[in-house]
Amino acid sequence: MLTNILTKEDTHKQLFTMGHTGCSGCAQSMAVKLIMQVLGKNTIATSATGCLEVFSTKFPESSWNIPWIHSLFENSAAIASGIEAALQITGKKDGTTVLSQAGDGGTADIGLQALSGMFERGHDVLYICYDNGAYMNTGYQRSGLTPYDSFTTTSPSGKISFGNNRPKKYMPEIAMAHKIPYTAVASAGYPIDLQKKVKKTLSIKGPKYLQVDVPCVPGWKYEPRYSVKIAQLAVQSGLYPLFEAEYGKITSVKKISKRVPVEEYLKLQGRFKHLFKNEAGKAEIEKIQKIADENIEQYGLL
Amino acid sequence: MKKVLEGSMAISDSIRMTEPKVISAYPITPQTHIVEHLSQMVADGDLKAEYVMVESEHSAASVVLGASACGVRTYTATAAQGLLYMEEVIYNIAGMRLPVVLTVANRAVSAPISIWNDMQDSMALRDSGAIQLVAENNQEAYDMHIQAYKIAENPEVMLPVMVCVDGFVLTHTFEVVETIDHIEKVREYLPPLNMKYTLDINNPFSFGTVGEPSVYLETRFRLSNAINNSKSIIVDAANDYKEMFGKYEGALIDTYKMDDADTVIVAMGSVLGTIKDVVDELREAGKKIGVLKIRAFRPFPADEIVNALKNIKNAIVIEKAVSLGKGGILSCEIRDALYQRRINSVNVNGYVMGLGGRDITPKNIYDLIIKAEKEEDVDGEFFGLNNELLNKVF
Ligand SMILES: Cc1ncc(C[n+]2csc(CCOP(=O)(O)OP(=O)(O)O)c2C)c(N)n1
Ligand code: SF4
Ligand SMILES: [Mg+2]
Repeated sequence: MLTNILTKEDTHKQLFTMGHTGCSGCAQSMAVKLIMQVLGKNTIATSATGCLEVFSTKFPESSWNIPWIHSLFENSAAIASGIEAALQITGKKDGTTVLSQAGDGGTADIGLQALSGMFERGHDVLYICYDNGAYMNTGYQRSGLTPYDSFTTTSPSGKISFGNNRPKKYMPEIAMAHKIPYTAVASAGYPIDLQKKVKKTLSIKGPKYLQVDVPCVPGWKYEPRYSVKIAQLAVQSGLYPLFEAEYGKITSVKKISKRVPVEEYLKLQGRFKHLFKNEAGKAEIEKIQKIADENIEQYGLL
Repeated sequence: MKKVLEGSMAISDSIRMTEPKVISAYPITPQTHIVEHLSQMVADGDLKAEYVMVESEHSAASVVLGASACGVRTYTATAAQGLLYMEEVIYNIAGMRLPVVLTVANRAVSAPISIWNDMQDSMALRDSGAIQLVAENNQEAYDMHIQAYKIAENPEVMLPVMVCVDGFVLTHTFEVVETIDHIEKVREYLPPLNMKYTLDINNPFSFGTVGEPSVYLETRFRLSNAINNSKSIIVDAANDYKEMFGKYEGALIDTYKMDDADTVIVAMGSVLGTIKDVVDELREAGKKIGVLKIRAFRPFPADEIVNALKNIKNAIVIEKAVSLGKGGILSCEIRDALYQRRINSVNVNGYVMGLGGRDITPKNIYDLIIKAEKEEDVDGEFFGLNNELLNKVF
């Protein structure tokens, strides 16, 4: 399933092709490519405003070799609902996947209402949230999915602040609370697991929610070569639990194979560097460790 | 067939005749009856459409945007706060050149909250790129929706068309409406939607891509041209409709008793009915007075308006909207059209009336005419105020 080596020719044949303007090391673009390899060409995609939309469709160029539409920031799920309705009434739905995409901001904040509506109405749509933990496209501002103590440009660390003072919104649980047929959390650090989950969505009718952890080079402030490593450390530390759920019940979790303290994950990223300056920062790291420990406990990750 | 129909029924019935494939709407007074009737038609199998019950107007407009991009005929309806909430999406639909038809059951905007009629809601979207047609009565509302699709779907136009219908005054009022008996006739007038670019897995396109400074100006220019050039298509749609169904209520504008008139009242929508009654009486009393009806507000029919007004003395513009911080909207645009053509012989006075459902009575119109003929260059003065109330409200 996973294409390991691609020739230049192959790359051009991809449904999400090279030539876009994403940063080198952008895990979001890696994830999209992996996802499109599984979904195949009978897919109609929507994108919310955000990095992916901007870096992949600079007119007159487009990286999408499938029908693709961007409308606004908060309506990806509603646009997808309309597409699905049009396909249903014209008898073209069978064999066509409707893919709705947005970033964490476009999903968990401004687009949450439209997403909840799409879930509740039961559209046959695969919704994918590319979670890079902030509004990257507009310059790394805080979103509802920004992790605890992360520096962002609107939750900066400062003399009396350690950055974002709220934990990440439990977005997959919000999706699960809609009792949709399938919810999954995946990571750009685990491509085979990601593709397996995407493949599974193809056999399920109704709304599906997939959230993918996609490290962001300039937003998280690390060297491009660490994208995959950081994504893996998020999972191995327990900070980003990967699991699947059906109709609101967890059906599988990806076990941690080699547990690491959260410090290993945090220290590679500039967005957490203020935690490594003094004793007070240490205490904050302990709080983050507690979040990871609780995840491990709650999802049974060991 | 002649039927006594509530405005909302007339509208939903004409929408049924146009056979939209995807309908999506969110309830708001006074639009509700329209979408309730349509839901019932879908529930009874009288209209084969997907009716998507969304959680907001933003999503209603987004659903029809997505469906329209797939190449199917779509419909939505809203009013007031709902329209303002949709605004972002309406601009987007226009920019993406999608032929969505929507009804605006015109209603005042908050605050204070008011469910009653005026035109401040649709006026707020006058620069969106959506065509705006305004219906005078239920018959016209019926006919106008069918024409709206004909205009929207013309390959040269490909724009959303907003049909403005006065809330309550039309949507909740019963009138005799002559409906079309055979759907085949409508199909003949309005052939199936055939879009050049759609979301199609066999022919993939990217829609809604990023417009850098190097291309944005040109796309907006094309959009601007498309709406400006739609004037002739609006005229054709009205003429073809007349030929096929024998009904004509004007195209871009319509004139009433304007030959030899030296005073003309200019207005849009249902208030024209009251105005025409007053004008009839004044005509009988020997006064040279007529009425200019604006049927298309966007595109703005400047040439047609100037042509109709250039030889008269007084134009009295009655509007149920105001540009706060400026004054009249319609009156200002008419004055601008005259000025551009170097015609300074027409005295244009604009009055803001009937906001928030305040009745505009024949007596108001009489009084206004007497007052207006003595005034010059009035720019959106509020008329019909209850002065006693003024020191009680903020
Ligand atoms: C209504 C509206 N508000 C704000 C914006 C500005 N905006 C565009 S993209 C974006 C952030 C996107 O963040 P996210 O959804 O997380 O995607 P990312 O760029 O991080 O992949 C913002 C705030 C907008 N386009 N529309
Ligand atoms: S800013 Fe982040 S999400 Fe955006 S293209 Fe760069 S790496 Fe990817
Ligand atoms: Mg983001």
